Amino acid sequence: MKTGFSVFLAAFVALGASCFGLVYGPLKQLSGAKETTVLQSDAKWPQQRTGEATLGEQVYRANGCAACHTEQVRQDGFAIEVTLATLGTYKPEDFRAFVHSLFIMPELESVTNAIAASLRDWKGDLPKTFLVTADKEIAGKLVQSVTVPGVKAQLRLVAIGPDIARGWGPRRSAAADYLYDQPVQPGGLRAGPDLANIGVRAPDVNWQLGHLYAPKSVVPGSTMPAFRYLFEVRKAGAAPAPEALKLKEGFAPTAGFEVIPTAEARELAAYLLSLRANAPLLEAPFTPVFSGKP
Amino acid sequence: MNPNGNKSICANEIDASCRVPLLALFGGAALWLVLGLALGLAAVMTFHKPDMFADCAFLTFGRAQAAANDLLLYGFAIPAALGVMLWIFARLSLVPLALPIVPVVAAHLWHLGVLVGTMTILFGGSTGHPWLEYPRAVAVLLFAGFMLVAVSAAATMGFRQNRELYPSHWFLFAALLWFAWSYGTANLFLVCNHPPRGVVQAVIGWWLANNLIFVWLALAGTGIAFYFLPKIAGKPLASSGYALFGFLTLVFFGTWVGIPQSAPVPAWLPTASAFGALLSVIPVIAIALVARKTVCGAKVPCMGGPFCFIKFGVLSFVVSSLLYIGEFCPRYSRVLEFTWFNFGVTQWQLLGFAGMILCGAIYEILPRVMAGELPFPKLAKANFFLCSGGVVLYVIPLLIGGVEQGMKLRDANIPFADASAIALKFLRISTTGQMLILLGTLCLLLNIIVMTLQWKLGLVKTVVTVFKDSLVEGSAHQPLPCDKEAKS
Repeated sequence: MKTGFSVFLAAFVALGASCFGLVYGPLKQLSGAKETTVLQSDAKWPQQRTGEATLGEQVYRANGCAACHTEQVRQDGFAIEVTLATLGTYKPEDFRAFVHSLFIMPELESVTNAIAASLRDWKGDLPKTFLVTADKEIAGKLVQSVTVPGVKAQLRLVAIGPDIARGWGPRRSAAADYLYDQPVQPGGLRAGPDLANIGVRAPDVNWQLGHLYAPKSVVPGSTMPAFRYLFEVRKAGAAPAPEALKLKEGFAPTAGFEVIPTAEARELAAYLLSLRANAPLLEAPFTPVFSGKP
Repeated sequence: MNPNGNKSICANEIDASCRVPLLALFGGAALWLVLGLALGLAAVMTFHKPDMFADCAFLTFGRAQAAANDLLLYGFAIPAALGVMLWIFARLSLVPLALPIVPVVAAHLWHLGVLVGTMTILFGGSTGHPWLEYPRAVAVLLFAGFMLVAVSAAATMGFRQNRELYPSHWFLFAALLWFAWSYGTANLFLVCNHPPRGVVQAVIGWWLANNLIFVWLALAGTGIAFYFLPKIAGKPLASSGYALFGFLTLVFFGTWVGIPQSAPVPAWLPTASAFGALLSVIPVIAIALVARKTVCGAKVPCMGGPFCFIKFGVLSFVVSSLLYIGEFCPRYSRVLEFTWFNFGVTQWQLLGFAGMILCGAIYEILPRVMAGELPFPKLAKANFFLCSGGVVLYVIPLLIGGVEQGMKLRDANIPFADASAIALKFLRISTTGQMLILLGTLCLLLNIIVMTLQWKLGLVKTVVTVFKDSLVEGSAHQPLPCDKEAKS
């Protein structure tokens, strides 16, 4: 360390290594990514946004929405759900007794309490999930044992974790979900809820617009600021404009006026509706629910 | 320090050569610091009264907070650190600042860039990448300004009388190199016409954020602390060996941190970051040991002076870095991610560590380069107590609130609104701290402004006198009196 050159060299090598590893490496691996296919389907993923939603992403960027909202679902791992699809001629009590009779099987010993608890107050509604376990063998054994004529049980691969349990999405966010985002805005603070699947969770554009204009009108106690500057309050004509917001009492402007969303507000709402990360992918698999609804 | 220096150089002369560039850098930096804090305060008001800025697009939280953060980093921390660096390089080299006009131009370019960048963010032109919100034109301005300062700093370093390097040299030189490299790279990829597609944008963004907030501030702050601590304590730096070890481990490991553990990217990236974070404990401890050994036993009264600022800054560095590193431990990140915790740590690094060290250094340097006393020494002391108290009051509630919020977010049975509400309670306390910091930094701004005005007034007076004298008789130019030998 006697001369400037050796400091320069040491710093250069260290800094170069980081740049090589965390910039060049990911660029090489990820920036050539193309759309993938949804698991067990021919559908492409992700889908390109509509023009309005693409513009809306710029409204999202310009107003720094990502300062308070993430677009990333986290997941702790996987579990296997054993779900009863049909009951045949069994009555719920009979089925319960039948399952209890299986508890002598040594393979099921570790899960008897969980099964008994989930069936205790069951009134016979279907489909009924009666075991969630991380153990593939136990789940397989259980399905095999309860499958008697008329009864059909299914295995479902599900993602687990608090984000999933909150209903923010059926699986973790994967790199592929962000392919068409420009800029990519995963966010870093959840002052507000995650938005990775807001298009699935709140698919009504009028709800979205009302929420942007007066958050408390649709979510009581919301701490989100109102974005009134994205709307125009103007004198209503003889007949109310078709695009005017239908607001609750206490949030509507004075009589004779109506709230019209500007182009920006409509674009932002279109972008929010385009946010859906709910297709099973090879790197983030899950078994969709029977109806195909997540 | 300069056994074979055959020409004794006057400390006054070195300080005077830094005067104009440093005033330009520090003056703007202090102004941006105050404005950044005020804007941050306005931004956080949204959480106390959500509909306060509902009709005011440019003060909406997402815009104002981004602009405030950038003002603290690009407006204050970097130019102030550059100014201190120039002075340290000149003092260590025992030569007047090389090319003194270059950093003056650079400072104006830089401040112009910050002004345009802030306005752009407030009017909705942010790029959307955290810490890289400034648009392309501003990035070019900042980069050009930085390179100009770096040229002057490197030239001053090259002219040094004593060829041996002091530990501060390593840290500060690496800081010069690394900002240009990382900021340039990130802008080339993200703020260009054809950015790479997909999540790799976020990876580059995280990489840059870590390298600016953690590595760059650590390099600059430690380099500055390692110069001032021994100088004020009146003892040599405790252990060059540890300092070198700390430097090398910091640049080798610290630069790999930054990718969040749950990031939706190939698993090797967060894993590499977790390892980098684990190993980054080493430089933090090494730097802490060197600073502690240097400071311990020094019988220098501190009393809110620069020594206090720098000691507080080093302590902040150690604690905030360890907390930052903890965020990358997979076990803790699950709770801490996406909460106010990260926000608190970043503010601590920016204000508690970099801010305090830089304020201390400015108070130490200003009277020297201006060849006069601070106009309000009491305000300088008040600055210390307000800012140190403010930082604690600002950051600690955010950290505790973040942990609470994280634990509640982990439990899906607790509604999301409850988790947010608990964090808001702590946010209310932290806003008080923010106000204290703002008050403290106003003292800094006032000192700098009054000092600059006094100096400008003096200049006018001198010009008038010289003009009068030249009318009377052709008086010769008097060299500056040299009251003390330059010492590093």
